[in-house]
Amino acid sequence: MQEYLKQQREQAWRVELRGKIKNKERGEIPRVKMPEMNPMERVCYQNREVNLGLTVEQAVKEAQRCMDCVNPTCIEGCPVSINIPKFVKNIERGEFIEAAKTLKETSALPAVCGRVCPQEKQCEANCFYTLKLKKDPVAIGYLERFAADYERESGQMTVPETAPKNGIKVAAIGSGPASLAFAGDMIKLGYDVTVFEALHEIGGVLKYGIPEFRLPNKIVDVELANLEKMGVRFERNFIVGRTASFDDLKEEGYKAFFVASGAGLPRFMNIPGENYNGILSSNEYLTRVNLMNASNQDFDTPVLRGKNVAVIGGGNTAMDSVRTAKRLGADRAMIIYRRSREEMPARVEEIHHAEEEGIEFINLTNPVEYYADEKGRVCRMRVQRMELGEPDASGRRRPVVIEGSEYEIPVDVVVVAVGVSPNPLVPSELPQLKVSRWGTIEVDAEIMQSSMPELFAGGDIVRGGATVILAMGDGRRAAAGMHKYLQEN
Amino acid sequence: MNEIIKVESFSEKVVKLVVKAPRIARSRKPGHFIILRIDEQGERIPLTIAGADEKSGTITLVAQKVGVTSTRLCEMKPGEQIMDLVGPLGKATHIEKVGTVLACGGGVGVAPLLPIVEGFKKAGNRVVTILAARSKDLIILEDEIRQWSDEVIIMTDDGSYGRKGLVTAGAEEVIKREKVDECIAIGPAVMMKFTSLLTKKYEIPTQASLNAIMVDGTGMCGACRVTVGGQTHFTCVDGPEFDAHKIDFDELMLRLGGYKEEEREAFERYLQTVNV
Ligand SMILES: Cc1cc2nc3c(=O)[nH]c(=O)nc-3n(C[C@H](O)[C@H](O)[C@H](O)COP(=O)(O)OP(=O)(O)OC[C@H]3O[C@@H](n4cnc5c(N)ncnc54)[C@H](O)[C@@H]3O)c2cc1C
Ligand SMILES: Cc1cc2nc3c(=O)[nH]c(=O)nc-3n(C[C@H](O)[C@H](O)[C@H](O)COP(=O)(O)OP(=O)(O)OC[C@H]3O[C@@H](n4cnc5c(N)ncnc54)[C@H](O)[C@@H]3O)c2cc1C
Ligand code: SF4
Ligand code: FES
Repeated sequence: MQEYLKQQREQAWRVELRGKIKNKERGEIPRVKMPEMNPMERVCYQNREVNLGLTVEQAVKEAQRCMDCVNPTCIEGCPVSINIPKFVKNIERGEFIEAAKTLKETSALPAVCGRVCPQEKQCEANCFYTLKLKKDPVAIGYLERFAADYERESGQMTVPETAPKNGIKVAAIGSGPASLAFAGDMIKLGYDVTVFEALHEIGGVLKYGIPEFRLPNKIVDVELANLEKMGVRFERNFIVGRTASFDDLKEEGYKAFFVASGAGLPRFMNIPGENYNGILSSNEYLTRVNLMNASNQDFDTPVLRGKNVAVIGGGNTAMDSVRTAKRLGADRAMIIYRRSREEMPARVEEIHHAEEEGIEFINLTNPVEYYADEKGRVCRMRVQRMELGEPDASGRRRPVVIEGSEYEIPVDVVVVAVGVSPNPLVPSELPQLKVSRWGTIEVDAEIMQSSMPELFAGGDIVRGGATVILAMGDGRRAAAGMHKYLQEN
Repeated sequence: MNEIIKVESFSEKVVKLVVKAPRIARSRKPGHFIILRIDEQGERIPLTIAGADEKSGTITLVAQKVGVTSTRLCEMKPGEQIMDLVGPLGKATHIEKVGTVLACGGGVGVAPLLPIVEGFKKAGNRVVTILAARSKDLIILEDEIRQWSDEVIIMTDDGSYGRKGLVTAGAEEVIKREKVDECIAIGPAVMMKFTSLLTKKYEIPTQASLNAIMVDGTGMCGACRVTVGGQTHFTCVDGPEFDAHKIDFDELMLRLGGYKEEEREAFERYLQTVNV
């Protein structure tokens, strides 16, 4: 790996490019600002993307900031080790399609990751600018998105070549990023790949969870169309373990399975009044709006539009829900989070966008009870103030209740976004499958093989709630692992 | 896509549909349900699998017109396609030989009751079934139920068929007359609530099948939350049948009204589109 990176770095064009601008000058270029839609305007639309994307000039300028370091620490921050300097330098020299190809050497969905990765915790946290210069990092995420979008919009997106068909049938269960990455690799290797999805749409969280204003569906759809062109089959409305059992599928000739059924089970807090009408999980809220188009009158699914909407939690799901509430017309859209802003797990950019959109942050506060009107619809919530105590096992400071600090907030919709649990559907159908105490499937971390040799797993069903890029990385490792397994058996 | 093979009207409001779904026809058991979406604009609604024929690869659904989706479904014709249909969902009914089973069906609840009655009969039980509805034309599936019951008692609110009175009157009579080992109640939430109160008095184990509002039907959203024995359960994966004596029926009834305003508006919009 190190050798390969070094060798690539010594290619003539890279050497030449490094000589063109002095590092001192590179260091003086300010980080690009992402052009975005005006906050007051964008909150009127559920389906307009906030970030508009860099222009060619902006992207090239930003790429010039990158010093093509001898020791590219950014790569260590990327969970799938994208060759970051190589793709950035390709942007600098104007070879945008080459840049996209570099991304695709490692990542199956760069247009998605460029938009949703927590770059400030990964590649950009490990950029030379962050670590040594104490300056804003190179905008790796924006550049990744730029290259991937450029390729897609240029119409020069090539369908990767596939090996001759080997006639071996394999199944992927679930159609989130883990499965899509897996399917892409397996079809290239010549396998006969079917992706089974319980819902009526392909894409997992990318479709039913993450809203249009952050990740437009059309970006995912292009990737799906490509996979279909390569020969991947998608079976919608098919719950493996229900519609057909694993044994049925084996009888139909499937030789191995990749389970990527996600962590789709919403958690609730089990506090009094939580089952009143108007209190729902973020999954229900986002599914109604994103998957069922409930905010559009032409569609039959209803969604509750509140005037005072409280969203409980501080992760991406909470941000997506609260910003959706704002777009559905809430006067007051509030985040209620029991720790402080520093501990929020959401992407920094989303928190920033939420603030711009007029979202109220009521931090260090936790709900204790809900009250309803005579029709059973929530009308008030009781909360208590918290302070941060000693760090807990996760290293984050533990929130401690401030006695006597309780007060009430009027609400008519409450969205609970306090985390998810692994989907139990597959494990419950396979008693012999080894699962952890938390219900995640246990696998060998290298090849993603479970306690059942023909069954591999990855993504959130293995990790609990994690990230798109980690799920994708798992899919690719599982494909390599399964290929080896099928070759040997 | 799932083709509608056959449509039969039971009454003005209740329709039986036979739908192509070969995989589900093979894997379903009594108590299971499906979720369907008629077309791109449609919502997802749950319906019990009232019967299945593995040979022809079809399942039978019985739907009652209550709102937009059920009305649109009931007006579909043979040859038309249901865009999405997924299942079988939920836990299958626990069926074994217990002795005498009292099955109570109210309104369209008779449809999900049918495969369960059949199951209990085949398992060697004596089955007494009570069919209840507001009036004669709302009594459905009588012949099919008779085929699998030792005795059928019909109750109507207005006395237009069978005996006049509520389901509970018929049930209490049976309970007083003979030993009942288990009771199953499926119908409107109020009907299940009062049946459950009655059997609790006589300490007869009772199952009720809940019709909570659902979205995905796979445990992903929590729309179908119910409180059973003081704990929150998801009807779609933990149910739909629960120990009736532990169900918080009042909460269920409130939650069924959770989208009433939105549903009423949608129905009015729908009626307008049909009229023009
Ligand atoms: C609202 C929201 C916002 C998020 N934002 C971000 C973000 O900004 N950045 C980031 O990196 N991550 C984010 N995440 C997390 C990220 O989306 C997940 O980590 C990732 O999608 C996990 O991918 P996966 O492939 O494991 O499964 P999923 O995407 O969860 O897909 C699993 C699929 O499997 C299906 N399924 C389950 N069981 C079966 C079965 N038995 N048969 C057939 N199908 C089945 C499900 O219906 C589902 O569609 C977010 C998550 C949510 C909910
Ligand atoms: C597991 C399960 C099995 C079911 N099996 C059947 C069946 O076999 N046949 C059948 O006709 N119905 C069945 N139902 C009920 C059926 O799903 C609803 O009637 C349907 O969703 C109503 O949709 P709609 O758009 O037509 O009406 P909506 O516009 O959604 O509602 C119209 C009216 O019906 C009430 N309503 C809404 N949802 C439900 C519900 N889930 N149950 C009862 N009332 C409701 C509303 O409060 C409103 O007053 C079942 C429900 C569940 C959960
Ligand atoms: S995939 Fe994510 S971590 Fe890797 S380079 Fe791209 S933005 Fe950074
Ligand atoms: S319907 Fe969504 S969890 Fe039951």
